[in-house]
Amino acid sequence: MSKSDYWKENLRLVTILLAIWFAVSFLFGIILVDVLNTIRVGGVGLGFWFAQQGSIYTFLALIFVYTKKMNALDRKYNVHEED
Amino acid sequence: MDLSTLTYWFVGTTFAIYIGIAFWARATTTGEFYVAGKGINPVANGMATAADWMSAASFISMAGLIAFNGYGASVFLMGWTGGYVLLALLLAPYLRKFGKFTVPEFIGERYYSRTARIVAVVCLILASITYVIGQMKGIGVAFSRFLETDYDTGLYIGMGIVFIYSVMGGMKGITYTQIAQYCILIFAYTVPAIFISLNITGNPVPQLGILSTMADGNTYMMDKLNLVVSELGFNEYTTQVLGSKLNMFAYTLTLMIGTAGLPHVIIRFFTVPKVKDARSTAGWALVFIAILYTTAPAVGSMARLNLMNTIQTGPVGEVTANIEYEKRPQWFKNWEHTGLLKFEDKNGDGRIQYYNDKNKDFAAKAESFGWKGNEMVKVDRDIMVLANPEIANLPNWVIALVVAGGLAAALSTAAGLLLAIASSISHDLLKGIFKPDITEKQELLAGRIAMAGAIGMAGYFGLHPPDFAAGTVAIAFGLAASSIFPALMMGIFNKKVNRTGAVAGMVTGIGITMLYVFQHKGIMFIPGTSFLGGMSPNWFFGISPNAFGCVGALANFAVAIGVSRMTAPVPEHIQHLVEDIRVPAGAGAASDH
Repeated sequence: MSKSDYWKENLRLVTILLAIWFAVSFLFGIILVDVLNTIRVGGVGLGFWFAQQGSIYTFLALIFVYTKKMNALDRKYNVHEED
Repeated sequence: MDLSTLTYWFVGTTFAIYIGIAFWARATTTGEFYVAGKGINPVANGMATAADWMSAASFISMAGLIAFNGYGASVFLMGWTGGYVLLALLLAPYLRKFGKFTVPEFIGERYYSRTARIVAVVCLILASITYVIGQMKGIGVAFSRFLETDYDTGLYIGMGIVFIYSVMGGMKGITYTQIAQYCILIFAYTVPAIFISLNITGNPVPQLGILSTMADGNTYMMDKLNLVVSELGFNEYTTQVLGSKLNMFAYTLTLMIGTAGLPHVIIRFFTVPKVKDARSTAGWALVFIAILYTTAPAVGSMARLNLMNTIQTGPVGEVTANIEYEKRPQWFKNWEHTGLLKFEDKNGDGRIQYYNDKNKDFAAKAESFGWKGNEMVKVDRDIMVLANPEIANLPNWVIALVVAGGLAAALSTAAGLLLAIASSISHDLLKGIFKPDITEKQELLAGRIAMAGAIGMAGYFGLHPPDFAAGTVAIAFGLAASSIFPALMMGIFNKKVNRTGAVAGMVTGIGITMLYVFQHKGIMFIPGTSFLGGMSPNWFFGISPNAFGCVGALANFAVAIGVSRMTAPVPEHIQHLVEDIRVPAGAGAASDH
């Protein structure tokens, strides 16, 4: 339960979240956009939707997940701030 | 009431609110002046950050960019929001834990180097000034179009308002006015969007409107738009790319890391009480930003559809389907007066033909209709948001509200940028380097004087826009992405990067980015001095100069890490400093300098 374990867990969490960040924007929104556009959501292709809507909603979720998980991690390793 | 009275009324009321807040939130210490005493609630701070971030460009220009670039404009939507993920996960909590007042201060201490601090101050000032010129221009234009004052007078009024609340209140005054400005700007942006979405698709939620069918039929709104634009030879809306896929990739990445590296955004995270709050502030900021950014694609696409339908009222090729110039709507005439919309009757038929005359496949068809070229010789994309309520026949109060909203967006961003400039002058240069022994009172006074000076300078550049104003985006985001972001991130995540490495990395990053921008756009943007030409065939892998910051950033990382390996290791106490900022505990104690 050392500070270096805390840092490793933090890095693992950040890596996973950034992989999702990359996937919804660069991968779904740009690289794979034509493939995904063959699937339709309402009147637009899924790739277009990710590029102009979906990526932003996902970014939001990522930050709140990070905040929640990090606050829990702070407590687990007892490095949280005094209330 | 007529439009101009209503507009005066709305703008006057909002300005009175800002001044009222200025008197209520005066700053009495340097802590209040630089970071609002670190006492701002994270939700309120998120709102202030959103107003700080969303500039005249987001409010006025972005929907226009989307309207004319379709899918290609996704780079702005993803780039200007995705940066907040990087801020939240990689920078904000650690910089808050460090607990000082400015970005150069962190760089100077982490790399135990005055040189690094000065390099950071220079980057910060350059990036912020170029950015603030754009806001000043926005203020001048809004006044001259809607309040029938001239551009200069509008600019002076705007400067006066910013002066009152930022010199008196510093970060504290700016934060509370930004909260008010956010409320005004978001209301002004979403109200017309809801009306227009309801008009076109019958769905009051713009984010759902773009997925829905037209109100008068079974065609999907986006399919209809694709059809309308491609029938006139324009690129299909939902598939047109910006340059190339690689360029879009680089552009998005540059805007993301540039956003995370812009000092006026980063300093907002210094204003909250705890590390925990710095994390959630980023989330709240993005909530408030996303309300506008997810609405913008609807505003852009629907404005484009409305514009096309106003001019091309029926099947392409039928003579009567093109609107007669004499019967053009009132908004068309209003914008013609400003010179931002221009018509030229090339075939002399008294009707307006708006089509893509650069499309060779469509040229033969156009000729067979008797068309002699695109007659809408100028459609400035910046008018889309401002003209939108008029195009959609919305009541005058909506138009007045949009004007007040645009001014709120420009003023809030200008104030944030000016504070970043002022604090780097009074805190980093004066207190940090030239006169470390000045008292807090003297520093506070110096901060106010620096703020007044920065406002004067921004106003001067607003009145006499230098040639490089056009390259604002390239410089501000390029500098932030290639110098500040890598230096901050390595400062936290890599204990081995030392003083020499950091300075070499920053200089390389800026050097490469600026060289690329200058060689394609001219040295300091002076026409005729671009030695490789602005033409895309000379672009490195087809990456446009605006999108090049991420390449500079990669060079920065590589050089900094490489040089650090070959030079003296980081001293023990700095390694402890890095270990200390990596854990939240003890943030309270560290907050006093």
